[in-house]
Amino acid sequence: MTVLDNTTSPAPARGLFERLSDVLWRRPRLLVALLVLPPLAWLGIVYLGSLFALLVQSFFSIDEFSGQIRYELTLSTYAELFRAYNLDIILRTVAMAAAVTVAAAIVAFPIAYFAARYARGPMKALFYLGVMLPLWSSYLVKVYAWKLILAREGILNWAFESAGLSWLLNAYLSLPGVGGNSLSVSWTGTFLVFLYVWLPFMILPVQAALERVPPSMLEASGDLGAKPGQTLRHVLIPLALPGIIAGSIFTFSLTMGDYIVPQIVGTSARMIGQAVYQYQGTAGNIPLAAAFAVVPILIMGLYLWFAKRKGAFDAL
Amino acid sequence: MKKTFRGAAASILAVAIAQSAIAQDMITEIGEAEGQLRIVAWPGYIERGETDAKFDWVTGFEQATGCEVLVQTANTSDEMVALMNEGGFDLVTASGDASLRMIAGNRVQPVNIDLIPSWNTIDDRLKQAPWHYVDGTHYGVPYMWGPNVLMYSTEVFPEAPTSWSVVFEPQNLPDGQPNQGRVQAYDGPIHIADAALYLMTHQPELGIESPYELNQEQYNAALDLLRQQRQLVSRYWHDAFIQIDDFQNEGMAASGSWPFMVNLLQAAEAPVASTIPQEGVTGWADTTMMHSEADNPNCAYMWMEHTLSSNLMSDLSVWFGANPAVPEACTDGRGMQTAEGCTRNGFDDFERVRFWQTPVTRCESQEQCVPYYRWVSDYIGVIGGR
Repeated sequence: MTVLDNTTSPAPARGLFERLSDVLWRRPRLLVALLVLPPLAWLGIVYLGSLFALLVQSFFSIDEFSGQIRYELTLSTYAELFRAYNLDIILRTVAMAAAVTVAAAIVAFPIAYFAARYARGPMKALFYLGVMLPLWSSYLVKVYAWKLILAREGILNWAFESAGLSWLLNAYLSLPGVGGNSLSVSWTGTFLVFLYVWLPFMILPVQAALERVPPSMLEASGDLGAKPGQTLRHVLIPLALPGIIAGSIFTFSLTMGDYIVPQIVGTSARMIGQAVYQYQGTAGNIPLAAAFAVVPILIMGLYLWFAKRKGAFDAL
Repeated sequence: MKKTFRGAAASILAVAIAQSAIAQDMITEIGEAEGQLRIVAWPGYIERGETDAKFDWVTGFEQATGCEVLVQTANTSDEMVALMNEGGFDLVTASGDASLRMIAGNRVQPVNIDLIPSWNTIDDRLKQAPWHYVDGTHYGVPYMWGPNVLMYSTEVFPEAPTSWSVVFEPQNLPDGQPNQGRVQAYDGPIHIADAALYLMTHQPELGIESPYELNQEQYNAALDLLRQQRQLVSRYWHDAFIQIDDFQNEGMAASGSWPFMVNLLQAAEAPVASTIPQEGVTGWADTTMMHSEADNPNCAYMWMEHTLSSNLMSDLSVWFGANPAVPEACTDGRGMQTAEGCTRNGFDDFERVRFWQTPVTRCESQEQCVPYYRWVSDYIGVIGGR
């Protein structure tokens, strides 16, 4: 550095800032490294670091008798996941997430199609507003509102009664599994609330995907003699599939991690989020809570791998 | 030389140890207020007149001390322990099933009762209660206690049910309809103790002495009873306000509950009442405990004194349907409570209440008991239909 100073101009003592800027100009890689460091540190330490800390916890175990955590690496906590009642929780959650995702795709597709193909100008603005508006109000308010809608003395029951269809609702509620004493204490209720709460996350990506499908393709399909149903099956849905899969990632993962909806609406049987919440808050069984938390990560990993193969991320 | 050096080192070490011991020990005088106080509390425990203007025991304290009171509510003891483990709080209103866990985990610090002038006004039955007085050390100031009552719909029951069997055994209720789907149970593992308490009367051959100290056989019997209950319960209540909503909108007939919900429902003119059935009840006795790393110890001590000496005990016991830790609060007119009100809240039934405790392996009444850790996972299994 001193050598350099001697050979170049005998400049007067320069400020730290100028010298720093010189160094960075001469070494562009250093500049890049400095700029990338904060986000990388965020990702590495705060995000991956905490994830890793969680993962490590799941390899410890709890002493069955004293309830103290034993800091020795073991797989026994994972084995505990396979006990019948814990396996129930996992299967229940995955089944609910899958059902919500499929239903959301079916409900969202026509809405998104209408918005992408037919809505113009103010109509389109209204569509965006309609889809986004529920997201602006508090999630809890929406869930509590649904609890009232679905209650035994709620508006839905009243509507069925007024229409003389109480027998239909009661017949449905007497079904094992999906039924219950009223909609708000049944799995159907939990399902409906999940569907409502996560629907915008499905509509928006599907609509984006449908916007990208050129109308000429649909016309060409029709010109070649395809019936509307065939066009839908062989042209439209395959082209919109990345959008549907992108939306399904949201609905699936959000349902799988949620612990508030099943606590307010449903049969009180646990889902994964609630199990994590309860185990970590109780007798310090953090290992089991951590092992439970790893389950959605694994399932989502598999799911994302599958989605990538289907090209869900090509359009991002 | 060497010897002196060693001696000096030893004495420095001794001083250091002594000092750290003092540092860990309780404080000996109350300094200036820090300006705020963070409390973990049961819902409805700390009211500042926002739910109902008549019930306010915070504003006066804030004005007198300059400590702004910030409250975080928790719905179960497990949530309380979790919040205290996270830290950032000064006080907690811990029930007996949380207090010992926090003492054992060093989450709370000993309390210097000399700094609390009104200590002597506390109910003698609570001064050295085992859920906060451990090894000769006080870990908190008694706050409130009360029974977990049986709440019932007066439309379904013209007369108060006399037994907990209405929520445990399948049967037709007085209105001719079955109880299936119309009863609730508490969504906390401590509810296993309610089942055990029921068995103490109905299956005496099990030899249960305390519902919190169960051996494997007794525990299995309690779980079997709860599995039977699962068939009857449509939803386990977790949040006080959800239960209130369920009694208003879901046609609930009976459930274990707190006087808090009974009072709120009665205030809303819902047809409910509560009773203490023949089997007795479980109950809670809460203690104000101080976090071991409390940032605002001075405000915390001021609050603890405030709980005993102000209108708090009296008005809270009206509001929550609970009993004050200071018996005079029932009668001396410092708040709205009266002697009849305390009797109604079960003040004279102290002996019939089995207060919440944390189940531990090494229990007093028998050789080995099922610890709380197992209660948790097994209760999850029962609710999940296992």
